[in-house]
Order: sequence, then structure tokens, then C-alpha cells
Amino acid sequence: MRTYQTDGLTALGDPTRRAIFERLADRPRAVGELASDLPVSRPAVSQHLKVLKDAGLVVDHAVGTRRIYRLDPDGLRDLRAYLDHFWDQALAGFKAAVERQVKETP
Amino acid sequence: MSTQTPATSVRNSIVVDAPIERAFSVFTDDFGSFKPREHNMLAVDIEETVFETRVGGNIYDRGVDGSECRWARVLAFEPPDRVVFSWDISPQWQIETDPDRTSEVEVRFVAEEPGRTRVELEHRNLDRHGEGWEGVREGVQGDGGWPLYLDRFAEQAAA
Repeated sequence: MRTYQTDGLTALGDPTRRAIFERLADRPRAVGELASDLPVSRPAVSQHLKVLKDAGLVVDHAVGTRRIYRLDPDGLRDLRAYLDHFWDQALAGFKAAVERQVKETP
Repeated sequence: MSTQTPATSVRNSIVVDAPIERAFSVFTDDFGSFKPREHNMLAVDIEETVFETRVGGNIYDRGVDGSECRWARVLAFEPPDRVVFSWDISPQWQIETDPDRTSEVEVRFVAEEPGRTRVELEHRNLDRHGEGWEGVREGVQGDGGWPLYLDRFAEQAAA
């Protein structure tokens, strides 16, 4: 079973791709900018970006002759959805617990 | 919310009818009383959840058989305003021992009125869990834990 989520997780298993991903989390960047900042060649960066793009983690758009890459806001969708739900539940439980205590011992 | 949540974070907030000191102490001292029940990596039921209220302490679950699961490290402890802890749980629903591969949770307490407190939670640096996510390919088809919740989510999203 191939899933969107699994592709994204596998893509981030590589240290260089993760380094690229973290830089893009900071702000959108062009290929050349990423390459100058990392100990890998520009073609290698392009290849890693392609994997990240195929995995749905980054998107790109053209600005003049350059391609600017940024994180796809949906890339960590499943992980975020899980944690969002988890903390929703936890905070709702917390509200009930703290307000019950205030009522019992004002 | 006027600020946009980064792709690598989730944010949540809630307002409770309680003074800030009380809100902070319940959140930390009584964490186990409201933590979602499915949050359990032990093989047995949880006897208690302990939140060690100091920097360098842990949040851990103790099972009914005495086994322990330390799943968070307390990174900041500033009553009654702020607490930060690590999230040492991998997407495979295992304890993550490499701190570089863990995310973190910051909880801020803001007094809106004397008896009313806003609690703002941010779980951030989620991309740090990236290393080691290869194993999820197998895990997706396993039973229980993380993939199960994701399935549940998919069902809800599709409903």
C-alpha cells in the first residue's frame, strides 16, 4: 500500500533532504541558494528537491528564470492532523479537570 | 487567529474558568488526569502519569505492573506562565532516544481576567521526526498505535 503520507515520511529519511526541508521551513529559497549553503552540488540539490516535490512536501514556482521552492502546507498533513486531534482532546479534558477543581475548592 | 501556523507546527488554545496559578498547576501536576487514554505506549494499563515539575525532569507513565515509559523531557518550567517539554515519540509510536529527532510542546498561560486563563499550546518542529520515518512503511499496515489513529482520521475526513 503506497500512501501519500508514507512517501513524505520516506523522503525525509535522508539527512540532506531533511536539511533542505528545514531550510525551506525557514523561508522559500531558490536551488542555487540551497546549494551554496549545503555541502552538496547543485544538481544533487535539484534531485533531492524533486524527491521532496514528488512526496508532496515542497512546491515550486517560477520567478523569472529561477524556480523558488517552499514547503507544501499539506506536506505534514497526517502528522499534524493526528496531533491536532490529540491536543484538542487533551485541552478539552484539561478544561473539565481544572474547572471541576475550582468548583470543588473555590 | 491572525498569525498563520507554520507547516511544521500545530497550535491549539482554550480558555478556562480558573486563575492562572491553578491552571498551571493542574496542567502539570494532574497531566495524567486529562491526557487522552490512547496515549499509552506501555503493554499494560497506566497506574499513574508523573510530570516531574523541574527542568531536566521527565513526564512518564507508570504501568500497573511497575513498568515505566518516559516520553517527554521538561525543557522549561516557569510557573505560572510557561512550560516546554519534548515529545520523544516517533511516528511509529515508539520512544525516540535521539533528541535531534524529537519535537517539542510549548504551553503558555495568559491571565485574561483574575479567574479566567487562556492556555496556548504549540507543538512544533514536527519535521524533526523525519529521520527514521522509513519504518512507517511497514507500520502503516500494522495494527494499533499511530497508523490506527491516522486511519480514524481518514475516516472522519471522508465522512
